[in-house]
Amino acid sequence: MSDENDFYRFTGTKGYIVSRPLVEAVNCAIALERPLLIKGEPGTGKTLLALNVAEGLGLPMESWHIKSTSKAAEGLYVYDTLQRLNDARFGEGNVGDIRSYIKLGPMGRVFTAENRHVLLIDEVDKADLEFPNDILRELDEMRFTVMETGDEVVARERPLVIITSNNEKELPDAFLRRCVFHFIEFPEPDLMNQIVDVHHPNLDSKLLDQVLIKFYWLRGQPDLRKKPSTSELIDWISALLRSGITQDQLDAHIPFLGSLLKNEQDTAAMSEFEERGGRMPNSWSDLGPRYNQ
Amino acid sequence: MFLDLFYGLRDEGVPVAIQEWQMFMTVLERGMHDTNLLSFYSLAKATLVKSETYFDAFDRVFARVFHGIEGEFSASDELMDWLNDPKNFEGLSDEQRQALENLDADELMRRFLETLEEQDERHDGGGRWIGTGGHSPFGHGGEHPTGIRVGGRSERKSAMKVAEDRRFKDYRTDVGLDIRNVKVALKRLRHLTREGLSDELDLPETVGETCKNAGEIELIYRPERRNNVRLLLLMDVGGTMDPYYEPVSRLLTALHEERGLRDFKAYYFHNCIYESIGTTADLYLKDAVPTGDVLRLLDSRWKVVIVGDAAMHPAELMNPRGNINPRYESETRGIDWLLRIQDHFERVVWLNPDPPTDWEHTRTTKAIKSIFPMLPLSLDGIQDAVTTLVGSRPSAPGITRH
Repeated sequence: MSDENDFYRFTGTKGYIVSRPLVEAVNCAIALERPLLIKGEPGTGKTLLALNVAEGLGLPMESWHIKSTSKAAEGLYVYDTLQRLNDARFGEGNVGDIRSYIKLGPMGRVFTAENRHVLLIDEVDKADLEFPNDILRELDEMRFTVMETGDEVVARERPLVIITSNNEKELPDAFLRRCVFHFIEFPEPDLMNQIVDVHHPNLDSKLLDQVLIKFYWLRGQPDLRKKPSTSELIDWISALLRSGITQDQLDAHIPFLGSLLKNEQDTAAMSEFEERGGRMPNSWSDLGPRYNQ
Repeated sequence: MFLDLFYGLRDEGVPVAIQEWQMFMTVLERGMHDTNLLSFYSLAKATLVKSETYFDAFDRVFARVFHGIEGEFSASDELMDWLNDPKNFEGLSDEQRQALENLDADELMRRFLETLEEQDERHDGGGRWIGTGGHSPFGHGGEHPTGIRVGGRSERKSAMKVAEDRRFKDYRTDVGLDIRNVKVALKRLRHLTREGLSDELDLPETVGETCKNAGEIELIYRPERRNNVRLLLLMDVGGTMDPYYEPVSRLLTALHEERGLRDFKAYYFHNCIYESIGTTADLYLKDAVPTGDVLRLLDSRWKVVIVGDAAMHPAELMNPRGNINPRYESETRGIDWLLRIQDHFERVVWLNPDPPTDWEHTRTTKAIKSIFPMLPLSLDGIQDAVTTLVGSRPSAPGITRH
């Protein structure tokens, strides 16, 4: 490993709890100078990871949020033809210089920047199926040519590229081959404890235990159409705290269900369960062997 | 041994190529795994496997190839490494650190076993030897993953334990269906064309026209690219299909929520298709429409997906008036209706929820399989079905290209 890469070694930040395999994957991507592809359930903090890697490494970050209409070329540069046409028509601006109408995109800005950046390509699966293939060469060689001027843009400092995907589309094999891959698993209760602690420090540990038991029980229901995620748990705890709920009130009832379940069938199924007098778990041992090894 | 991993993965159908293998080797050469099996495991996974659907296969192969290695890795080397790394002792005083460093591995192991015997109740935190969340190398959930694991829920599992857990079973594509997965599969069901209203600025044309117009701006618009796939779903309901209610309803939900399709229609039948076909899943006579009308209204470009187990009494398929439902009189044989559907539409697939191993044992399934391409109702099957429906047309049998 080169000295320079030793210098960039990610170990996590205060506000973001990472699992060890994730740290390994990040450092692996840094050492190999490969893009890091992050997948995982929604709400497991894929986008936040890039922010925190940048913070942890002390590097500036540039993000490129992908939409269904995004084109690969937009990340490099956009040639603003309409503006030029308009300027030409009304005799404004520097029409003679095509360069003043070349606007660099996030990738182009990172390449031309003086210092090393973290480049986040967020939700790459939102774009067209061919999108990842279109940025392959740029990610590999870290260079591109501006067609209109013939200028070649070469990255001064190879950025650390972090790509997130929600799995809405399959990514092409050629693209995957170039990436280091990490799948953010849903946190186990121990890790979840730490995560909650970051967001809600000083939470009563008994209350937290009850909250987590209910949460994991709910997630464990096989018929749930949309499982609540970490970010929903954090919101739910905020709601509980604001209403000043006590541990006893949590025993037999889940208040503010709406912040956990976002699907009407799920909510209906839950209230039916409560009306039938279904028993909710009060201890980890009620949740079955998976949580009681 | 490493090559066993490589070929083991390939045997399990994980697409690992030389490129990934080189990436993994580079990581090992640079010593990033720190002679730690857990790091080795996560680095191998990060570099070799590019989709969570293969994590299960990876775990199986890893557990098989490296079975029995763990002892060597963890007992002494790992422990000594751990002790030699001052980073692990943040928060300890110099004296405590000194005391720890003076212990050799055997001593540490001995103390560990002793402490384990002495201690009979659980505790968390604190500076004592065994517990959770503490600073001791023993216990679990503590600051460092290389400590000897004593049991309990923990994310810091040993590599072998993690591999043997096979937590990624859920992500195997050949097993289950969830709505989201199905939607991902269905996203590929598209054929983009430009038709209809011109509402997108066509820049090259605009520039061209503006030039022709001597600089007077001429804006040219064109229709947006849109999915041109129309999908017809024919679904077997009731009877032998009841056990498959869940996967079938997930497919149906995913299809109904699929906004990308140009048009979508669903009809229902019981066991086989005859003169009329239901517009609702309960097959009320008053809601039925003649099958012939459906064929007349929908042109051959419609893609057809038939979902059914294809298992019925042979008479239901092969005899006139074979309809098991006495409310219907059907002179034409079921198989003729199926052949008509096959003739009318360019692309038809049959999704069968029964396991493919059963198909050869049922006469009607075999007969129907000879009419339509039949695929299992699994994620892989749906993906193949989508390819069959919109992929490039396979060359007709008997014709070879030179």
